[in-house]
Amino acid sequence: MSLYSFGLEPLSCHAWNKDRTQIAISPNSNVVHIYQKQGKEWTKIHELTEHSGRITGIDWAPESNRIVTCASDRNAYVWTLKDGVWKPTLVLVRINRAATCVKWSPLENKFALGSGAKLISVCYFEKENDWWLSKHIKKPINSTVLSLDWHPNNILLAAGSADLNCRIFSAYIKDIEDKPGPTPWGSKMPFGEVLLEYKECGGWVHSVCFSPSGDALAWVSHNSAISVANATQGKEVTQLTTGHLPLLSVLYVSETEVVAAGHDCCPYQFSYKGPGCLEFVKKVDISKQSSKGNMSAMQHFRNLDKKAITEEEETGLGSLHQNSITQLCILEGPKAKVEKFSSVGLDGAMVVWDFKVFYSLQKIVRCK
Amino acid sequence: MSKNTVSDRFRKVDVDEYDENKFVDEEEGGENQLGPDEAEVDSLIRQGNLMGALQAVLKNPPINTKNQNVKDRAEGLVLKVLSSFKSTDIEKGVQSLDKNGVDLLMKYIYKGFEQPSENNSAVLLQWHEKALSAGGVGCIVRVLTARKTV
Repeated sequence: MSLYSFGLEPLSCHAWNKDRTQIAISPNSNVVHIYQKQGKEWTKIHELTEHSGRITGIDWAPESNRIVTCASDRNAYVWTLKDGVWKPTLVLVRINRAATCVKWSPLENKFALGSGAKLISVCYFEKENDWWLSKHIKKPINSTVLSLDWHPNNILLAAGSADLNCRIFSAYIKDIEDKPGPTPWGSKMPFGEVLLEYKECGGWVHSVCFSPSGDALAWVSHNSAISVANATQGKEVTQLTTGHLPLLSVLYVSETEVVAAGHDCCPYQFSYKGPGCLEFVKKVDISKQSSKGNMSAMQHFRNLDKKAITEEEETGLGSLHQNSITQLCILEGPKAKVEKFSSVGLDGAMVVWDFKVFYSLQKIVRCK
Repeated sequence: MSKNTVSDRFRKVDVDEYDENKFVDEEEGGENQLGPDEAEVDSLIRQGNLMGALQAVLKNPPINTKNQNVKDRAEGLVLKVLSSFKSTDIEKGVQSLDKNGVDLLMKYIYKGFEQPSENNSAVLLQWHEKALSAGGVGCIVRVLTARKTV
């Protein structure tokens, strides 16, 4: 578990490069900063300044080393590294509202962009004219698209939106790829086809995530609930309402374990073993032991003078993050067995969580 | 400055009504929802079976109906049951409910807060405290995010 603070500004989004030596973040502004890891410190090496609006999404394609960014200025840019400088290429997304989220597909030949224009823009590169084109998925979305995730087959796209629905669409573009084979979600997949539409999410769907095999889809919604839809069990949906504040980001760390984090400032682990079997496992955080050590007389009087208090008061939260966590990202390990994941939050900090520690702790508990 | 003599009635028009893409909630048949059974609940209260009365009054919540009378009657009934509990029994009452029951109870409690009166505020606050420790803040979030409520 390690925390690194990138300043006081909230971190809207983050993305890692392939070998995790560089991180692209946006400090709630229209600029993307790329930091390089040097020992224990991070040093800024690039600044991507093409957007005029607040950056809402960054995704870094590991193999092709391209970054896609989207912002509230209704634009998206694809950045490529040329001679040590990141050069932007405008993408014609044709939206008339802010872009909210962006994700490269697994094969990195296209990306999906969610927007407040009630549509998803699936963009691909057209070699003939040397530009990025987009195709829109509009029906039946009724409000802002808040989150996107791709299925491992590079065709299906899950979208959570503010119209309280969670849907899976087909983003099959016949110009650039072959016809997909059938999946447990369905077999007919023309572009824009809806393979799952769950209407009773109970709140805005903040984040969606496919399981490593793609057979299950987890999402978190604003009614403080986490839900999982299982394709192999007739697309049956299991919802677990929690007693915490709403979760904002969800991530599958293995075929059955899910980690979610949000306004409670710390990640929680859940386990899905089948329909009706979604349960809370534990809080993924080491609680800070409040150090009520001996205060020197000087500190005592200083407290009395400055804050008019006689005892040492804990004004920080017990969790590592001091404000809501906005995004979780896999750091190490394959999707099916994530060993480390990262979180960024409104407190400007990025925390790396070590799951290996927890796997081994779990084993110890079971041996007893 | 010249006075505007033209009618300004246009300012009172609700433009959202004319929006073709206006978001409408799914209409679900709420005609059959009549709320908790008054007779059953009353008899349970008279018998002194307050736990049973609590379970009974939380059945058939008038969530989908548009009939305000049904909703008001249900709320009144729930308040009657909540007020008849002794302070020390409130915790046990909350423990006897499942997750959905606690969520529903919290919805009724907040509905009751909307019309505070001499009698019910204190009682509702006591129930609120116990329901909060059982359901957590998530329970209150669900009261706020529910589009169809009691």
